[in-house]
Amino acid sequence: MHRLAVVIPAYNEAKSITNVVESLNKMDYGDNISIQVIVVNDCSTDNTATVISALNCVSLMLPSNLGIGGAVQTGYRYAFNNNFDWAVQVDGDGQHPAHELKKLIDTMLNENADVVIGSRFLKKEGFQSSLMRRVGINYFKTLIRFLCGITITDATSGFRLFNKKTLELVNDYYPDEYPEPESVVYFTLHHLKIVEIPVSMDRRKDGTSSIGRFASVYFMLKVTLAVLFTFLKFRFSPKTLKDGKCSTH
Amino acid sequence: MENVVPIKIQILTIIASLIFSFFVSRLIIKGKLREEYAIFWFFSTIILIVFSIWRNGLEVMATILGVFEAPNLVFTAAIFAILVYLLHLSVVISKLHDGNKNLNQEIALLKQKLKEIEKGNS
Repeated sequence: MHRLAVVIPAYNEAKSITNVVESLNKMDYGDNISIQVIVVNDCSTDNTATVISALNCVSLMLPSNLGIGGAVQTGYRYAFNNNFDWAVQVDGDGQHPAHELKKLIDTMLNENADVVIGSRFLKKEGFQSSLMRRVGINYFKTLIRFLCGITITDATSGFRLFNKKTLELVNDYYPDEYPEPESVVYFTLHHLKIVEIPVSMDRRKDGTSSIGRFASVYFMLKVTLAVLFTFLKFRFSPKTLKDGKCSTH
Repeated sequence: MENVVPIKIQILTIIASLIFSFFVSRLIIKGKLREEYAIFWFFSTIILIVFSIWRNGLEVMATILGVFEAPNLVFTAAIFAILVYLLHLSVVISKLHDGNKNLNQEIALLKQKLKEIEKGNS
């Protein structure tokens, strides 16, 4: 029996969160999987808090707004403290369909991975994001390949499944702002096996992206710096042990 | 004496530095300024007072350090000190930010735990 924590960071997602949680709870993930949805309310200004307390899920209410990284880490910490085997991040806006989660789980079971990332770009299906976004994502792909020698086609994907080993690392440290590309580097430097599989994502239904147009330049700069500094920080002194060689698979 | 600072401006700077140090001490006494930050301000006021009393101090220091124009020494030293202090403040803010994040997360997790316990009791 595998206990899976489904962590949903939610900031002003009152309109879409009900559907997301219900479709996740309805799905059949197989006999050996039991799921627990954990919604982290990142101090929303709308009525997300009241909406989620009526749903069948654990609700974690942050007293002040931490941003996506801090919010999702709260969920991971809950999962780690409560001894879950796995945890997956699912966005609160309905971008990550519940039926795709099954694919992540199957890959986790079959490939003995530590991290499974759902990528929009391995098979070009579903919502492909805007051109500018894709340019940015390709840039991160190149940067991460240069630093770590692995190819992650969708480093900004938040749709990712962790096992317990990864949860332990995440419990210890997780970036605050735009955590996805940075954490890929963090994971590879700790010898975690990262497997990417193709998933299709939907266009967000409600709410706005965490990255606005004017913020995108800041986003690129900030993430580039964060990736480089994470590399320097953990390349020579990884948290767990041993030398900081990037794992290859 | 050549190159003497006019007496008027000297009195003004002494008064200004004394007022400044008075405010700093008051903040420390009232507990509005923690000691570790107070040290910096304390030394700043001492330097201000010393140079406003010691008329030729600036010229002397400039000659010792090989600075041709004495006022340049003031600007260089002051800007450098300010930069270092700003960096220090950024470090302090980063530390506060981390602590704040951990506290927030801890509160959310504890609230959930409390809810579970209350549910179990009723």
